[in-house]
Parts: sequence; structure tokens; C-alpha cells
Amino acid sequence: MSEDVLVKVEGAYKHFPIKQGIIFKHEVARVHAVDGVDLEVRRGETLGIVGESGCGKSTLARCITGLHPLTKGRILFEGKEVGPTPDKAFRREVQMIFQDPYGSLNPRRRVGSIIGDPFDIHGIADGAERKRRVQELMELVGLNPEHYNRFPAEFSGGQRQRIGVARALALKPKLIVCDEPVSALDVSIQAQVINLLKDLQDELGLTYIFIAHDLSVVEYVSDRVAVMYLGKVTENAEAEELYAKPRHPYTNALLSAASVADPDEAEKRERIILTGDVPSPINPPPACRFHPRCPKAQAICSTEEPPLVPREGDLPDHLTACHFPVQLGEHLTQARAGIAQESTEPTLGVSE
Amino acid sequence: MSLLEVTDLKVSFNTSDGVVQAVRGMTFSIDRGKTLGIVGESGSGKSVSTQTLMGLTPGAKVSGQALFEGQDLLSMTPDQLRRIRGPQISMIFQDPLSSLHPLYKVGWQIVEMIRAHEPNVSKADARKRAVELLGMVGIPQPDRRVDDYPHQFSGGMRQRAMIAMALALNPKLIIADEPTTALDATVQAQILDLMLRLQREFDTALIMITHDLGVIADLADDVLVMYAGKPVEQTDRRSLYYRSHHPYSAGLLRSIPSGAGGRGGRLIPIPGQPPSLISPPSGCSFHPRCPYVMDTCRVDEPPLREVAAGHGSACWLPKDALGLGPEAEQLRESAVAEGRTEVGA
Repeated sequence: MSEDVLVKVEGAYKHFPIKQGIIFKHEVARVHAVDGVDLEVRRGETLGIVGESGCGKSTLARCITGLHPLTKGRILFEGKEVGPTPDKAFRREVQMIFQDPYGSLNPRRRVGSIIGDPFDIHGIADGAERKRRVQELMELVGLNPEHYNRFPAEFSGGQRQRIGVARALALKPKLIVCDEPVSALDVSIQAQVINLLKDLQDELGLTYIFIAHDLSVVEYVSDRVAVMYLGKVTENAEAEELYAKPRHPYTNALLSAASVADPDEAEKRERIILTGDVPSPINPPPACRFHPRCPKAQAICSTEEPPLVPREGDLPDHLTACHFPVQLGEHLTQARAGIAQESTEPTLGVSE
Repeated sequence: MSLLEVTDLKVSFNTSDGVVQAVRGMTFSIDRGKTLGIVGESGSGKSVSTQTLMGLTPGAKVSGQALFEGQDLLSMTPDQLRRIRGPQISMIFQDPLSSLHPLYKVGWQIVEMIRAHEPNVSKADARKRAVELLGMVGIPQPDRRVDDYPHQFSGGMRQRAMIAMALALNPKLIIADEPTTALDATVQAQILDLMLRLQREFDTALIMITHDLGVIADLADDVLVMYAGKPVEQTDRRSLYYRSHHPYSAGLLRSIPSGAGGRGGRLIPIPGQPPSLISPPSGCSFHPRCPYVMDTCRVDEPPLREVAAGHGSACWLPKDALGLGPEAEQLRESAVAEGRTEVGA
């Protein structure tokens, strides 16, 4: 079992200091972006990470790719620890696809040189060989290789995202971290890019970490899904299992809130309307982070943090961090009014 | 009589690249207390059309007619329009941060809006109403929060404040342009829930502009699907999801994971890109991307014709080819076999 684990995240913390003062800057507070996360990604699978804005999913992804050093904890890639400044060998193995296909490509450089950059940086190919390989990549992701000399502005959003995918594939990585790769695209184009990512995975045996806030997209692409809330993983299970049998009240609320493009189902479904907003990650609630908004919270939830473990009656790899996991068929629709009132404190700009 | 009746609305802009025909003939109507959903991808003209009705597209060339309670919005002077905007028709925009003034208190902005249209209301009374409104849209401790600045509100609260402002003068029609796109899933559910409740309470008509077919499935009575500046399908919500006629609507439903195509199967994307509105394709504007393209589609533009009671579709396929089922598919295929002479074009 342990040998097919590609990435292992152990007790990862990432805090960003908030500093004040003009000459002598001192730390006044911390944003607890990632606050104790344990995760495993197996070779060849897709791990989906879902959560609302400010839950730390993008920060976690950046830590895994080595863009941010961790504050505490460690990340193992193929059993070896990734240090604060990862070496070139690691960088070859792990690549990233970004959300914004407009902001992530340099508008003044030609597509061929953008996709070919990794070959230069890692000294793999140059000249005619480089051009040949870039054109191969362009063909692989469904771009016309003759457009080698065009600028990003000459491509549409979906095509630009394909450029981003080609660039990520250049070094034949083992792991690709996709940070909201389709959220900026129109629905008809979204499906094109999702299908492309799936085909490439089958063809090249890639492992993905797929981050998105759209639950139906994550369900569609993922083998396993981790749900994050305020810097912590609240539930982690196989995709089908998680969507069919969510145990954490937050997962239940999130799933019931997602819109379904089917009027009959939309009418049948009972929406759990959570009160308030996600609290600020600067000063997160103690113990279980979700307790101020949770319809099932009891006294213990604000004093003792629930561990992320398999709960009674669940599969051994269905982990839930909750003292009172939801039973199948239980109704959560009634949130407690009293608690709802105090929890709507303004979130500082950071959580936006 | 309908509350708002728009006939053959056309909007175009002169740009350095040529004339952009953003809306190329749009006809629809909405009744009091009803919800009309307008769906389409970016650049389909869904926002431009409603902004034009409100006089918010300066510099555009506009033709057509838009009767609001019998008066034509498009021929009004800016002054007359100003008296309609707010008390009669109000808008909720996508981005609540940039639609609130950052330097004024939220309450002040609501008070200003009330007093601009009802000068007889005293400041104290207007403020009282602002507090009431904020409470109604679910902002806790509204008497205290009324003196907050927009940056002290979270995204969801800002959108609530915008809704409070839109409701302040009890308008007959609210136009909501992607009101929940910038919000998280759980907050989106709160806001949609709130809008539906308030709409029922005040019997307001609502035009909901969105790209999210899920939002439409939740709350629209009627739906208008826009493509390249034109409505391609117009029907009630159920028919759109279960008995859609236009290949573009069907394509949208097949390309979302939570729709007809998802759940295990492979997504079926619509190939190609939306067309340029400077030189739209000949005939049916969807024909370059359509799997059922026939010879006529390249030459003749299909009108929006009735395919079932209250169900219009701008497509040359047989009228009874409704829905995504195998029978409809067969009807379509035989029509295509007959109507296509060139092979594989």
C-alpha cells in the first residue's frame, strides 16, 4: 500500500504573518492558511480538493509544489522529504496549471517560447529539437502546431488553458497540481479541457491534485476527494463514497448548496442553509473550526478538536473530523438560530 | 399585459475593429411576480441587452422597442429613465465590492438612494428604513451595521446590502446580473434563498442573468437561452432541461458534469469557439459548431418558431425532436441525412 503513495503530507502548517510598523516591523497576527493537514496522494489517481474561498486549498497546493516553504510539518515526494528550496529534479517531477489563462501567460512572448521554456531551464533540448518537441506537445493538447509563433492574445480562453497544460507537460512530470483549471472558462469549453486532462492522464499515467470550488466538476474528475474548511481537512474519502454518504455536517451543507442542473432534483433536495460566513483565518474558532456554523454542534465541539479518523460503520479510508458525524437520512435543515446570530462577525478582507 | 415587453431589441457598438453586433434581435416579455432566467456564455449579449434597457450602455446603437407598463424605455430621455431606475426597475450586479462606494457607509448609500427618489422623506425616516431593509435581508444587528463601510462587510453581506438597496423603493422589476457568481457555494445558496423569499413577499418580477444552468434549475419560471446575440430557445424551465430542442441548449446540458452528460459518462463538449460578433456566421450562427448542421443552416437563418406550446426554438430540425432521448435523436439524424448534401463538411 505504502509504496504507491506518490505524495505524503504530514502535519503541514502554513502561516502568513501580518506585520505592522514602518521601520521595525513586528508581527501582529497570523493568517492560519493551512493549519495541520495530513494527506496522501497515490500514484495515478486524482485527488480533488474542495472548499470555499479562504479555506487554504490553493496555499496547500502551492506548498506541495514547493512554491511556499511550510511553516511546520513535512511533505514527502516518493518517500523523500521536499526541503524549503526544492531541487531541480523535484521541479521536473511536479508541475502546476493555474486558474487564470490570461494572467498566467506572458503576453509579450510567443507561444512556442512559453511552452519551450522548461526545456531551456532544465537544459533538455534546444534549437530544432526544442521546436520539434514543442510542436509535439501542442499537438498532444489539441493546438495547431503551426501556431507556434503566435502570441497568447491570439488565442481564446480555452486554447490558452491548453497552452498552460502543454507547458506543464513539457518535462514529463509525475504530478500535476491543477489549481481551478476550468473555473475561468465557459461551460462548453470547460468540458473540452476536462476531457483533455482525463485523456492525458490515461495516456501518460499522470497523477493530479485537482482543486476546484465546483463540486460537480470535482466529483467528475476525482478518485478521492478531500474537503477543506479553514485550513483543515474535514473529510477525506473516495469520491463516490463521499458524495453518496457524506459524514461531516460541512460536507453535507456544501453538497446541498451546490446547484444541480436538473429541476426535479433541485425541487426534491433539502437545502441546508448555513448561517453566516466562513470566519476569518486570522483568528479561527477553537477546536472544531466549523462549530459556530454547525447545526449539530454541542459543547464538546468548542473545546476538543475531533481527529480525522474513520468513523463507525465507514470504510477504513473514509476519514471524518467530527464528533457527531451525520447518519444517512438524517435531517440537518434546521440550523440553530441563536448561534447563527453571533457567528456573522465580519471576516477581514483576507478570507475573500 | 406583461410588465415588460421587449420587441426586436438590437444593440451594436462601434469599435476600432468594426461594428460589434452585441444583441441581434431579442424579443421577450415578463409578467409581474415571475422569474425569467437568461442563460448564455460570455459574449452572448445577455448582460448588454438588459443594461441597454436601463440606459446603461452609452454610445451604443440601439433599435427596437421595450414597453414597461406601456411606456417605451428605449425612447425615454435620460431624465425620465432616472425616474424609472430605482423606484420601478432596479439592478443587482455581479461584483458587490465594486458596486458599493468604498468611502461611504452602507446605510448612507441606502439613505441617499431613498431620498434621491422621495425627497419628502426625512433623513431620520430614511435611515430607519435602511435599518429595516438590512434586517430584512438577514444582516445581524442592522442598527449597528448600518454605520459600517463596505469593506467591513463580507462578500455575502455586501450582496445582501445590494439586495436591500434594490428593494428599497419597492420596484416592480429587479434585474439581477450574475448575482451569485462571485460568491461561495454555501453563501450562494443563502442569497438565492433570500431572493426567492423576498420576491414572493413583494410580488416582484425578476430577470436572472447567469451562465450557471444550476441556478436556473433552482428558480426560473421561464428561460431564454442566448447565443451570439440572439435567443435560440425560449421555454419554461422544465422543458429546457427535459425537452430541449435547440442543439446548443442540448450541448450545454451535455457538457456540465451535473447535467445530462455527467454522472459516470464522458462529457460531450461543444466543439469550437463562440463566433465573433463583428462578422457573425451566415445562416444559423451556431452552424459551425452544430453536430446536426444541414445545408439550409449555412444559408438561411432559422426564426424562433414554436415547437410546442409556449416553447420556441430557432432551429431547422423537425419540431417534434425534443429532448435528449433516443427517439428524438433518430428524428434528428434522419432529418440531417436528408438535409445534408456535402459529406463531412
